[in-house]
Amino acid sequence: MKRFIPLREAILSAAILFLTLLVASRFPGFVAPANLANVFNDTAPLIILALGQMVVILTRCIDLSVAANLALTGMVVAMINVAIPGLPIPIILTIAVLMGAFMGAINGILVWKLSIPPIVVTLGTMTIFRGIIFLISDGKWVNSHEMSPAFTGFPRTVLLGLPALSWIAILTVVAFGIMMARTQFGRSIFAVGGNPHAAVYTGINVGKTQFWAFVVSGALAGLTGYLWVARYAVAYVDIAGGFELEVVAACVIGGISIAGGIGTVGGAVLGAIFLGVVKNALPVVDISPFWQLAISGSAILIAVAFNARSGRNKGRVILKSAEATQ
Amino acid sequence: MTDATTARNIPDRMNSRAVRIFKSWEALLLAVAITIFVVNSFASPYFLDAWNLSDATFNFTEKAMIAFAMALLIIAGEIDLSVASIIALASTAMGLAMQHGAGTPELVTIGLIVGLLCGAFNGFFVTVLGLPSIVVTIGTMSLFRGISYIILGDDSFRGYPSSFAWFGQGYIYWVFTVEMLFFVIIAVAYAVLLHKTNFGRAVYAIGNNPTGAMFSGIRVQRIKFILFLLTGLMSGIAAICLTSRLGSTRPSIASGMELEVVTMVVLGGVNILGGSGTIPGVVIAAFVMGLVTFGLGLLNVPGLVMSIFIGLLLIGVIALPRLWTMAAERRKE
Amino acid sequence: MTHSAAIAQDVTPVVSMDMITKTFPGVRALDQVKLDLYPGQVTALVGENGAGKSTTVKILTGIYRTNGGTIRIDGNPVTFASPNDAANAGITAIHQETVLFDELSVAENIYIGHAPRNSFGLIDTARMHSNAASLLAEIGAPFSSHTQLSDLGIANKHLVAIARALSVDARVVIMDEPTAALSHKEIEELYDLVDTLKAQGKAILFISHKFDEIFRIADRYTVFRDGGFVGDGLIADISENDLVTMMVGRSVEQIFPDRTHNVGDEVLKVVGYAHPTEFADISFTLKRGEILGFYGLVGAGRSEFMQALFGITKPSKGVCQMNGDLKIIRSPAQAVENGIVYVPEDRGKQGAIIGLPIFQNITLPSLGRTSKNGLLKLAEEFKLAREYSQRLDLRAASLDQDIGNLSGGNQQKVVIAKWLATQPQVIILDEPTKGIDIGSKAAVHDFMAELAAQGLSVIMISSEIPEIIGMSDRVIVMRDGLIAAELPREELTPETLVRHAAGISQPTEGAA
Repeated sequence: MKRFIPLREAILSAAILFLTLLVASRFPGFVAPANLANVFNDTAPLIILALGQMVVILTRCIDLSVAANLALTGMVVAMINVAIPGLPIPIILTIAVLMGAFMGAINGILVWKLSIPPIVVTLGTMTIFRGIIFLISDGKWVNSHEMSPAFTGFPRTVLLGLPALSWIAILTVVAFGIMMARTQFGRSIFAVGGNPHAAVYTGINVGKTQFWAFVVSGALAGLTGYLWVARYAVAYVDIAGGFELEVVAACVIGGISIAGGIGTVGGAVLGAIFLGVVKNALPVVDISPFWQLAISGSAILIAVAFNARSGRNKGRVILKSAEATQ
Repeated sequence: MTDATTARNIPDRMNSRAVRIFKSWEALLLAVAITIFVVNSFASPYFLDAWNLSDATFNFTEKAMIAFAMALLIIAGEIDLSVASIIALASTAMGLAMQHGAGTPELVTIGLIVGLLCGAFNGFFVTVLGLPSIVVTIGTMSLFRGISYIILGDDSFRGYPSSFAWFGQGYIYWVFTVEMLFFVIIAVAYAVLLHKTNFGRAVYAIGNNPTGAMFSGIRVQRIKFILFLLTGLMSGIAAICLTSRLGSTRPSIASGMELEVVTMVVLGGVNILGGSGTIPGVVIAAFVMGLVTFGLGLLNVPGLVMSIFIGLLLIGVIALPRLWTMAAERRKE
Repeated sequence: MTHSAAIAQDVTPVVSMDMITKTFPGVRALDQVKLDLYPGQVTALVGENGAGKSTTVKILTGIYRTNGGTIRIDGNPVTFASPNDAANAGITAIHQETVLFDELSVAENIYIGHAPRNSFGLIDTARMHSNAASLLAEIGAPFSSHTQLSDLGIANKHLVAIARALSVDARVVIMDEPTAALSHKEIEELYDLVDTLKAQGKAILFISHKFDEIFRIADRYTVFRDGGFVGDGLIADISENDLVTMMVGRSVEQIFPDRTHNVGDEVLKVVGYAHPTEFADISFTLKRGEILGFYGLVGAGRSEFMQALFGITKPSKGVCQMNGDLKIIRSPAQAVENGIVYVPEDRGKQGAIIGLPIFQNITLPSLGRTSKNGLLKLAEEFKLAREYSQRLDLRAASLDQDIGNLSGGNQQKVVIAKWLATQPQVIILDEPTKGIDIGSKAAVHDFMAELAAQGLSVIMISSEIPEIIGMSDRVIVMRDGLIAAELPREELTPETLVRHAAGISQPTEGAA
């Protein structure tokens, strides 16, 4: 009996490999270790956010506010850095994560306690968060020369050949791998999304699990908010505008079922990497970067059509003769 | 068994028409709209100016056209997030045709056809392949706008024929714009379609219980497909109006409009999970959003801060009644 | 006639429910019932559909909270605020519907919520799988703990549910119709398992409709009827007949209307309907004014076949004729056009459109007649809805009330009214009285008889033997997706029906 989840990951890996080799066949420089590391580093924020989004989608919700959360947290930490340039990076990181988690908790509480559909909640908080950035920044930019070198330097600090940004993404992947497979919370997430009715019978609180999923997603958005602003050394209202859709796209391409309950950490990461490779390959092969949007749109459609085919529900086998041949 | 011998007469309606209207979401929303109107007219001396108010309608007419079709789609339990991208693609197609010398009638035809084709494309994925509409339209949202970017890149199309300007810049009479006329015609058409026809009844049935509707002999997939077509068509009309009004096409045209359309629909009392909602509700919601934007604009409140109000409005109008019920239940205990 | 059984034994019950009441809006599901479960003994909870058995299970497992009464564990009053509380008290259940997770592995399904942890507090997968493997071996499950649940068949899923129940150190095991979907051999294995559990001193609550089963494995019985307590005692002290009388509360003949059994010409003819996995070789005819019963165990393929006949699923083979004309039915809409309508078993999901008012539910398939050029005519709709709601003696506050606010029985009346309003020739009723109150039940039966008398052909799927015998002119028994027997009215006895449905060649007598 074929197991379709690893199969899908294999196909996605093959697609990424094929794409990479295709580019490399004409531009060998693309597969140089330094360039690949670059591609990975460039994709790191997407990977981190895709993992948070995955947790939310697995519980049958969606978080459209991640990019706005990222931008607001980014703006706040940038302004804190301007006000108190000496504040150590660990404290900045903590503030970013807590602030992101708090915004996630707002989404979560509205979904859990008031049972407002997640798409409505996060659509609302998305516009609210963006509006708040404008309120606190007065529409002005925080530029690189205003930020402290330690603040902007952290994501680029190279450790064992990779920048800190990449390492954080790797750590997040490892942490999620363990969390999803080996903790009560991780397994509850699958249970809540796979069969909420049964989850209740098993003593799992569906709403509470969804709440924590939003908190996790928010915390990662906050973390990415700092990394983003520090890496690009600029903060303004519109940073990462529309990025929430790219994050959802990474999840869908990675085989996370929007109906909840189905998906893997590996899938989400591969989905993000696929988009990252496409984005980085286009300029190399001299295709206008304007193709990227259409390509990721097509990839979503192909991925979702593929998921549906492999996940189609079979009816119950009643006939003895049919059971024997199955 | 009780007195089952005599057939029981069950009244048709529990409440009179007046009571039903009074208790409705639309009545509440109308009160909000009137309050905003009154507050605005006190807050700014420029508010109660016919020409200013007329200009303000552009804040919502194009969005509302799509919102009516979107309302039906959401009532039927689906959603289309690609509407703004359909506008971009339709506008780009019109721009291309214009460069090849197409006149106003051809441009309009092309806008409508591209809208319909995009709607059919979404409808195919959702109803024939049976995929969730939210994912499909997130995909086509990127795809449709992506095609515009491939065609246009950093460029833009300009120089639409002057007769084409009628749709987005023309006036029917005094301060009444062509777009207002479209808005009224489309609103009436959709109100009739949803509230007065068998088709509309089937839309409600599907939204409340798609399986039950199918078991009742309703051709669920066919109806959903038509709804996607209609949403595409409305996006095509909006594309014509918007392109005409702006006089140019960029690939970023109408960016983010899908969320404003959905907000308008939800604010209008349409249940995002499907099954209930009315066209009058969406009409009032369109006015509420238009008035908020216009009024705050007159007070020099920047657009992004207005979005805070829209966001709070969206969550607030759903959360407050629920909080109210929860508080009432707690008091009972 | 309440049997108050004073059982002189010095064993105290592990669980004792006393004066338990549970109400839902408009319905009193349980009214001051009592139930005692003793260690090392099997207590059978007996009652018709709607007697309150499933509600009791949900209360014992902490899903529902009671509105009154006390639950005692070892004599100490407890309250279950959540399923966790019940689990911590050592109560575990194997539910009627499988409440498992398709996407998780067998071991995870067994251990979700209480998986073994390692010293880092993480789930110890190795230990979880080895524990699961030994549990599976104990109950003789023929699959690995690594199997993904969605790859298992219904019987094997059941074994997972049992393993899950055993994985917690439960003192009380609730089995809610555990044999409903199992084959004969699997049932025997289950009995052995129950014996093992008894020997371990666990208290077992066994819910079943099957009397042979109850007399085979139960030590005690408790009878509920319509949400009330009727009696309890030792199985050894009661006869099968007395138990039936306690359960039904009246003799079987009384409930069903007298019928003349005048059947006319052939209306529907089905030839060789087949489906790749669900049913095969289904052929029969249906005559005007006839009530044709379809009997079988749950999962025999009766509903699956009817849904194919109604155009919901596509059969791989087979044709049907209406009044001699060949018809191709590939959608419910076509079935309705051809005069075949289907009242589904799953009323909430497939029958009633909850959220729409009563009158709109009734007119939904008849809108073509109540409208003009596609435009609704509300007055016509209300007229039609009024006519049929009166014919079915519907109880409702008004016709624009949401159907979701009606009781199950009245919802069923609306669903039947919806189809009668289309003026069909054949009406298929799938478990028409399941989960509805006695009063509505009798009304549905009377009405069915009336319809047949007026010349409508009725196909009635039922798992209730009295209903099948009381109503049918002819009965087709299905087993494992095939027609096992076709019995004329004269040959209908409970024994024959059960024998054909279960595939037993000789008549069996009660206990083994």
